[in-house]
Amino acid sequence: MKDLLTIGDLGADGIQEIMHAADSFAEVCQRPIPKVPALRGKTIASMFFEDSTRTRTSFETAAKRLSADVMNFSASSSSVNKGESLRDTVETIEAMGVDAIIVRHKSSGAPEQISRWANASVINGGDGWHAHPTQSLLDVYTIREEGRTFDGLRIAIVGDISHSRVARSNIEAFHTLGAEVTLVAPPTLLPPHVEALGAHVSHDLDAVLANTDVLYLLRMQHERMDQALVPSLGEYHRAFGLTLDRAKQLPSSALIMHPGPMNRGIEISPEVIDDERVRVLNQVTNGVIVRMAVLYLVLGSAAADRSAS
Amino acid sequence: MSLFIHGGQILGPNGVERADVLVTGSSIVGTGLDLPVPGNARHIDASGCYVMPGLVDLHAHLREPGTEEAETIETGARGAALGGYTAIVAMPNTTPTIDSPSLVRDVLAIAEGALCEVVPAAAMTVGREGKLLTPMGELARMGVRIFTDDGRGVQDPALMRSIMEYATGLEAITGGAPVVLAQHCEIEALSAGGHMHEGEWSTRLGIGGQPSEAETLMMLRDIALARRTGAHIHFQHVSTGEGVEIIRQAKADGVKVTAEVTTHHFTLTDEACSSYDPVFKVHPPLRTAADVDAIRAGLADGTIDCIATDHAPHEPHTKEFPFDQAPPGMLGLESALALALTELDLPIERVSELMSSNPAAIAGIGDRHGNPVEAGQRANLVVVDAGSEWTIRGSAMASRSHNTPYEGRTVKGQVRFTVLDGELTVDDGVATR
Ligand SMILES: [Zn+2]
Repeated sequence: MKDLLTIGDLGADGIQEIMHAADSFAEVCQRPIPKVPALRGKTIASMFFEDSTRTRTSFETAAKRLSADVMNFSASSSSVNKGESLRDTVETIEAMGVDAIIVRHKSSGAPEQISRWANASVINGGDGWHAHPTQSLLDVYTIREEGRTFDGLRIAIVGDISHSRVARSNIEAFHTLGAEVTLVAPPTLLPPHVEALGAHVSHDLDAVLANTDVLYLLRMQHERMDQALVPSLGEYHRAFGLTLDRAKQLPSSALIMHPGPMNRGIEISPEVIDDERVRVLNQVTNGVIVRMAVLYLVLGSAAADRSAS
Repeated sequence: MSLFIHGGQILGPNGVERADVLVTGSSIVGTGLDLPVPGNARHIDASGCYVMPGLVDLHAHLREPGTEEAETIETGARGAALGGYTAIVAMPNTTPTIDSPSLVRDVLAIAEGALCEVVPAAAMTVGREGKLLTPMGELARMGVRIFTDDGRGVQDPALMRSIMEYATGLEAITGGAPVVLAQHCEIEALSAGGHMHEGEWSTRLGIGGQPSEAETLMMLRDIALARRTGAHIHFQHVSTGEGVEIIRQAKADGVKVTAEVTTHHFTLTDEACSSYDPVFKVHPPLRTAADVDAIRAGLADGTIDCIATDHAPHEPHTKEFPFDQAPPGMLGLESALALALTELDLPIERVSELMSSNPAAIAGIGDRHGNPVEAGQRANLVVVDAGSEWTIRGSAMASRSHNTPYEGRTVKGQVRFTVLDGELTVDDGVATR
């Protein structure tokens, strides 16, 4: 595996390989000094063209626990705003000598474009509305950690599907593993040709709850109201938020997940945040573990490819 | 100087026939077999080729003035000649916008000596800002026949109505010759934030979509206004199947409407964007296979009048930005004829109508372009070997830019010779200047 751009690059076997590697790094993370020399001497460039402290920190923690060197690049400190093309920027960074590039970009497809220009491995840290494969992998890990099997697992993804890279990658990952996915949103927050994503669709969260094993809430952006996609965040909360009443309809064995950061009182009521079914902090913990596995497999196998050729 | 074009099949007044062509000065002086050939005539072997009226493109972006690093009038005209064109209409969305008589004069002066006739179109609104009328009367008086804000459509319906009404009054100046209002149909409030066709692919790729209705709603509006005002509205680069049907209806109702489609809209679909390569980004966007089928049907049944290129050169580095940041547009002049011959199952006479006589009439240059190959006509000709295969390569083009979406595609139909006003502009596949 040279690059990780989308879940589709992995397939079910690729996902399982990452899960197994993550299991061993989970053990590493339990140690008093959670660090191994697996990627000593490797340099990883973290190129964030869009701010995301959480994802960046998670990747950097993962890289450091593998003893890799991390080179930081952020759009504001670069010449991106001076009309330099994406290719120019990437070739400049690569010329400094990097083994892998983690890309976060507000434009869909930027990591795929970069992978065509770069010799280094490219890991998609989230692109536009398109994909966020490491988020999906950590979500899969979190569900799997609970002993759930995906075959026939009923997962409801609730919220702004249209503008969500997490939704697109998770639909792909959950389907690949055999789960049944239902998208729950008002029509304005579903992409215009939602059937292309192959999931069930509902506009009624209450009708879905009782038959849900995993309730996955997406972050709701304030700007969707300004775009007239929803009347108000209050109405959104009343129709699609996880309220105390709705939490009661959800099976006791269900899991509640969210990619963070959560908007209290919008996607979820404050009184539900401490519900014992919520797995948000596990997701954060698992993010580091899974990203260690991804970096290790990408850089390990890329090195193997290079020495083989 | 004479040219003796022998051995080919000509597209004459009675259709395709085997005939030689004799050109003297800027005119065709004879067609037929056993023509008396002057001793000093240049002999051009057209065996296995069609000898057709030179092509006319209603829609080319030559980038001069303002963005000469992407294309110039000289390089654009050279590419056009290589593509078989003898006349191209230059879009006015340059920097500055071609919206005044002095700028039209500048373009005409620069185009002096170019390898094809460059016909400037002028903007409908000052600076293409969609607010004030350009001096359309003065422009018409100096010969401008096509007005367009291409790159944008006129958003304000009241303004569009006013442009149409004003244009109908200009026929007093043009001696009855039609003044054509060429509309880039795009309701910006609907297409905003879109970078490709809104459909299954935009949903999968997570790229903002431009719905078909951004095009069709403006077409419906303009048809209603044309019905009221009697103006001649020409729809540029129709990309949707619904749009084709709207035109079919309007024509049946007697509205003065004409339409062009681009080569890329009948050869490519939105699926091409799945690589996120901005070379496939264009406005209006590549649409679905169903749209392609409807456009092809419209080309066959006469609903669509012209094939245009919307030749839009962009420097290589500008296409090395993310898809949503890269500029829209693709090259067309050097590949359009071959793609039409390869991809469309149409008789050569219909291809010639679509690429020569119809656009010539719309551009108001039918006196010298787009006429049957016969004695007395101006010698604007193309000799094309319709069966000869070649592979499209951006780097091999005369254009200053290389942004062809057909890189590596093998097509058939090679331009061997192009003749402009009796002079060779392309000689055995090579530009003469
Ligand atoms: Zn246009």
